[in-house]
Amino acid sequence: MSGLAVSVKGVSKRFRLYHERNQSLKASLVRGRRSRYEELWALRDVTLEVREGTTLGLIGRNGSGKSTLLKTMARILRPDTGRIVVDGRLSALLELGAGFHPELSGRENIFLNGSILGLGRKELKAKFDDIVAFAEVEPFIDTPVKDYSSGMYVRLGFSVAINVDPAVLLVDEVLAVGDEQFQRKCREKFADLQAEGRTVVIVSHDLGAVRDVCHEAALLEDGRLEQTGPVGEVIDHYLGRVHHDRLDDGSLGARWGTGEGGIERIEVLEFGGGPAARLRTGDPVVFRLHFDTTEPIERPVFTLTVHTAGGVHVTAPNTRDAGLVPDEVKGRGHIDLRVERLLLVPGTYDLGASLTDYTGAYQYDVRHRAFRFEVVAGSPAERHGVMSLGGRWEGLPLER
Amino acid sequence: MAALGTYAHVRDLALNLTSRELKGKYKRSVLGWCWSLLNPLATALIFTMVFKVFFQAPNPSGEPSGLSNFPLWLLCGLLPWNYLANSLNGATESLVANANLIKKVYFPRQVLVVANVASWMVPFLIEFGVLALLLLAFGNFVLPWLPVVLVLILVQTSFVLGIGLILGAVNVYFRDVKHLIAIVLQALFYATPIVYPLSLVPVRAVLFGLDLPVRSLYRLNPMVPMVEAFRDVLYDLRLPPFGDLVYVSAWGLGCMALGQLVFRRLEPRFAEEL
Repeated sequence: MSGLAVSVKGVSKRFRLYHERNQSLKASLVRGRRSRYEELWALRDVTLEVREGTTLGLIGRNGSGKSTLLKTMARILRPDTGRIVVDGRLSALLELGAGFHPELSGRENIFLNGSILGLGRKELKAKFDDIVAFAEVEPFIDTPVKDYSSGMYVRLGFSVAINVDPAVLLVDEVLAVGDEQFQRKCREKFADLQAEGRTVVIVSHDLGAVRDVCHEAALLEDGRLEQTGPVGEVIDHYLGRVHHDRLDDGSLGARWGTGEGGIERIEVLEFGGGPAARLRTGDPVVFRLHFDTTEPIERPVFTLTVHTAGGVHVTAPNTRDAGLVPDEVKGRGHIDLRVERLLLVPGTYDLGASLTDYTGAYQYDVRHRAFRFEVVAGSPAERHGVMSLGGRWEGLPLER
Repeated sequence: MAALGTYAHVRDLALNLTSRELKGKYKRSVLGWCWSLLNPLATALIFTMVFKVFFQAPNPSGEPSGLSNFPLWLLCGLLPWNYLANSLNGATESLVANANLIKKVYFPRQVLVVANVASWMVPFLIEFGVLALLLLAFGNFVLPWLPVVLVLILVQTSFVLGIGLILGAVNVYFRDVKHLIAIVLQALFYATPIVYPLSLVPVRAVLFGLDLPVRSLYRLNPMVPMVEAFRDVLYDLRLPPFGDLVYVSAWGLGCMALGQLVFRRLEPRFAEEL
């Protein structure tokens, strides 16, 4: 059972970017051709193999070609050169509920969507109850789907797609559907599919999720395959490069305040003082807040906030809770928050900062999620949740 | 297992898409399916008013059936025409209207055109059934001729499907097609003996200073022998001329082959162009 599920050989894909996209005959006749266009190579000579039973994550920046590669695997786009061979039935989750007709009931749409995705009528009948139960829409199964909530709509779409029973499943950023509880169900179903030895190819920007569910990863850059290998290595390699680009990105989130003083810049540094090129779980790190005031500010409070890229508020250390309240600050300067061990698990985080008066009611400057940074795997080698407790296991009857 | 692209899968998919179109057609309308019947009846009424009351046109008499009834005579030609016009309009839009599907899921794209044509064939067959009952009620014993009618429907469907595939595929690249087809269909409606008998078309006439064999040119339009054949069988109760049958069948097969050819050439880039 170690055959190839998907084999991509020398695949290139060229898109036409129209300068003036004229879909009318008049324009074509006037110009003597259809339209002027530029060629854009979305994929260049990509060769890739996915072994049966593995889960591969396709990563890369926006426009690197990962979704195009997925769509060529799904046969939606035809490559200009090279070929793709898929062994077994393939199902692509590019959009949930594609082909749902709003006026038709949930029941009718299950049959419609299922047959679009490649299921026969008999199979659908056999799986119908599972699909409905999984989507949690039993009471509404004969209601037109236009009356469904958006949650119900995607749940039903996901439920049909995941029940197609494919040998190869292609997924594009759709794992984050529904509420917390439904997401957990999806992840379980997903783990089941993996355990059954299905082959899965995922495109995602959520590196944490890719790290969690994939065995292997392929990094695409400008349509070329940059690296393939075990998921940890590829993601670390990718983050090592991306991290650099993001250091100067100081304009992610909102900013407000009265303006007598402000946080000009947030820096992430090594203990020695140099910029931290790459952060790993467990690394020592200094967060430096540069402030500047036009008037003296009495009893100021500095706060650093940490959110995950997904928006979960992780922590917000501030100088007042630490019992450090100067009588006043004025002019330009900086303060540091020294962290001996950074206990964030690998993932993407956003830093924010604020300068307020002692009560917190008067806000001189609040910068929300102003600086984004990545944490890669280190020690402790934990991956789940948001933070590590930094603890050590003891008492296990291990040999040696 | 109905793997993608197998016959069973394509058939299931075509059936499901057809029923989606059918269910969608008259959803949320009070009269629903009745519209499918009311439409041709209203058209028949309008033309009967115009031609019988205003123009005082004589009733065409069926040979050898002896039937003499303008509305029935009209419906024998109007129903096949409506099937053609609705199907071609729908087929032209069928790919663009399903752009979202084409960009997100792989399945044989021809199914969309097939489902559209099928979704017009179903009301056509129902209308036809009603017409057959009316003809029976007026003393035309059409039952023995129904096999010939089925062959004619088959030939016309092949014709419509072939052209529909071309129109649908080309419309992905040039959205002009849907506007163009509306005009062409209107012209073709009057270039086909639906509201007037073929006998009104002169055999020869001088046009633009040229003496032209107008009737022969007119008969090149494949819908002319098609509509005539439907009338022969249903209204006159006689076999259509053999040459006409061969001519329309050749058109049916030719259009189907050309449709396949064009569609296959244009299909690979649908997802990008939509």
